[in-house]
Amino acid sequence: MSTAHADHAHDHSHDHAHGHHDEGFIKKYLWSTDHKMIAMQYMFTGMVMALIGGFTVYVFRMQLAWPGMAVPGYGRVTASDYNALVTTHGSVMIFWVAMPVLIAALGNYLIPLMIGCDDMVFPRLNRLSYQLFLLSAIILIASFYVPGGAFGGAWTAYPPLSAKAEYSLTGLGSSMWLLAVALEFAAFLLGGINFVTTVMNSRAPGMKMFDVPIVVWMIIIASILFMASVGPLIAGAVMLLFDQQLGTGFFDPAKGGDPVLWQHLFWFFGHPEVYVVLLPAMGIVAEIITVFSRKKLFAYKTVLYTAIGTGVLSFFVWAHHQFVAGIDPRMANVFSVTTLLISIPVAEMVFVYIGTLYGGSIRLTTPMLWALSFIAEFLLGGVTGIFLGSSGSDIYFHDTYFVLAHFHYTFFPIAFIGSFAAITYWFPKMFGKMLNDTWGKVHFWGTIIPFNFIFIPLFFLGARGDHRRIYNYQHFPDLMKAGMQDMRILATISLLVLLAFQVVFLVNFFYSLFKGAKAPANPWEANTLEWQAPSPPPHGNFPQGLPTVYRGPYEYSHPDRKDDYWPQTEPAQQS
Amino acid sequence: MPTGRLAVWWLIASEIVIFGGVLGSYIMHRIGHPEWANQSVHTNTWAGAFNTLVLLTSSLSAVLAHNAASRGDGKRAAKLMWATIGGGAIFLVVKSFEWTNEIQHGYTISSSTFWSFYYTAAGLHGLHVIAGMIVMMFVASDAAKGKELQRVENAGLYWHFVDLVWIFLFPLLYIAK
Repeated sequence: MSTAHADHAHDHSHDHAHGHHDEGFIKKYLWSTDHKMIAMQYMFTGMVMALIGGFTVYVFRMQLAWPGMAVPGYGRVTASDYNALVTTHGSVMIFWVAMPVLIAALGNYLIPLMIGCDDMVFPRLNRLSYQLFLLSAIILIASFYVPGGAFGGAWTAYPPLSAKAEYSLTGLGSSMWLLAVALEFAAFLLGGINFVTTVMNSRAPGMKMFDVPIVVWMIIIASILFMASVGPLIAGAVMLLFDQQLGTGFFDPAKGGDPVLWQHLFWFFGHPEVYVVLLPAMGIVAEIITVFSRKKLFAYKTVLYTAIGTGVLSFFVWAHHQFVAGIDPRMANVFSVTTLLISIPVAEMVFVYIGTLYGGSIRLTTPMLWALSFIAEFLLGGVTGIFLGSSGSDIYFHDTYFVLAHFHYTFFPIAFIGSFAAITYWFPKMFGKMLNDTWGKVHFWGTIIPFNFIFIPLFFLGARGDHRRIYNYQHFPDLMKAGMQDMRILATISLLVLLAFQVVFLVNFFYSLFKGAKAPANPWEANTLEWQAPSPPPHGNFPQGLPTVYRGPYEYSHPDRKDDYWPQTEPAQQS
Repeated sequence: MPTGRLAVWWLIASEIVIFGGVLGSYIMHRIGHPEWANQSVHTNTWAGAFNTLVLLTSSLSAVLAHNAASRGDGKRAAKLMWATIGGGAIFLVVKSFEWTNEIQHGYTISSSTFWSFYYTAAGLHGLHVIAGMIVMMFVASDAAKGKELQRVENAGLYWHFVDLVWIFLFPLLYIAK
């Protein structure tokens, strides 16, 4: 591909020769092959999808707190509306928010900038990947408007509910959901191949394996995990689609199939998927914590090896979702052990981050607050997972709000705290403007406090037996005992507060985007390569020429230097 | 490793798990249902064997094309790639006769789970054969003009993968009793 690189260099000199290169709106914003523009496309699509996911949760939480009420902005929620809303909330938040923002947007934005090259190795493949992703999002949204409405069989799509239109009542909606999910996976497969190939072949001269910033490593490990785990689910999606549309019986016991097979195929992907989104968030936190502790990352290689260990182990835990699905109890024991084992490398990463904080000169900026809260909240998510990983207690907790609260204590930190940390940290680089720090902190506290008030009550409700797939608890006197409905109302009110504070974020984001103070190239005094490029980086990223790397990314507060940071590009003799 | 070849390897790696999902599910079912042998006797083992031979031969011409391309002989590489494409076409023609015959005898995709797997797995593989042929056509027409000769090897790699999948499918779907 050396020829392709030469072509790129040629393109850039061409651009510079012409000075300001005026492209049409479509070519610049919709048909671009520039990795930064594709990253922005992913990010803004993800933000729009987050609004949809947020709206769905608002509607069904209102129904749960005040059953039968006409929800402002939606109206009365029927039982099948409720099913479609919870399904859409789950699918959208995981597949169309967490994945595109954490992996696709940040991977696209950061990989070329942080390894010091001008673009992905396959820019047109990159564009195709986004276009497939956009198509998948459109299909998902369109499924709300087909006869029967959007898919209502939960985001895990267990057959037989998902396989037969007479059970799910959403014949066309379920097929469109499957199609959307499969297309989205194809998009991320293309993206993943691009990411891995780029990092393997296009690093800046001098950048050795252990000079690559942790966040890039994490995105690469996550991409490989995704590529290695998603295949069975793509196969399963084809089989389920045939069950729905062609009358096959892959998952139908009456025809010789097996519904538990879907659960295996789904969770063989579904559990590594947790780590696919966790690892990039962990990487973001590593970058932010080192910069704002002004201290070297406590144990670079440990983070790396534990991340790889987590990735490998994540392929051997999936059946802990199926303890009540009739699997062999001896298998359940094995999967309990592997599940508890995986908490060791993850805990190790958390220890490393705390070790990095220890003795550092900590700067409590908005991104740092998000990074610190990630550690605290994710820890709670991890600890409550122990109850569910042990097959004995899981039989009691299965399908209760305890599971749901545990899941959200892991996923909210990943998808939202991680994304907010990343956006507030890299905003100056992305847009060349500073975000308002005060309003950033208001948004932070306005998000973190209600988040805990949503899910702590749900832990207690789950422990008291609240089943998670109930549309109206008034029909279940056992679940309406003293205080239970009050806790549901508390969770819903906290959600409303949390959603209201997101307006602060959006206003701050767009106000700063247009009217914010101009950002210098390196506002946080960080070492990694992206801060050596101008803010925002032009097409081709490094107008002064591609950088050369002399050292690892975390040389902060080096004793021989006056400055407390030491950019990767700075030659040693200048110290 | 050159970027293009590296990407093809990663593509193959992710495709392996897709087929792994289908074949793994099939094998698990098959172990639990020995009576599926009563269904699989109705597959045409000779047609399958002939197709195996055809695909293996087409892989041979793909290797020879790579050999020619690495000597810089784009014209010869293109001719050999067209032979590979021809092999793929013969494979698909034989396959379509087989399927027509089976469907006429009432063995359709919804007849039983064995036939569901039979059509799904072989159909998925057939789509990959078609994709491989399309890629080969583009690469061959470039190679004939002496352009992008490094792509001959990459297309060949993908073709070998498609061939290899069939090597697994043939015994699993046709021979296993």
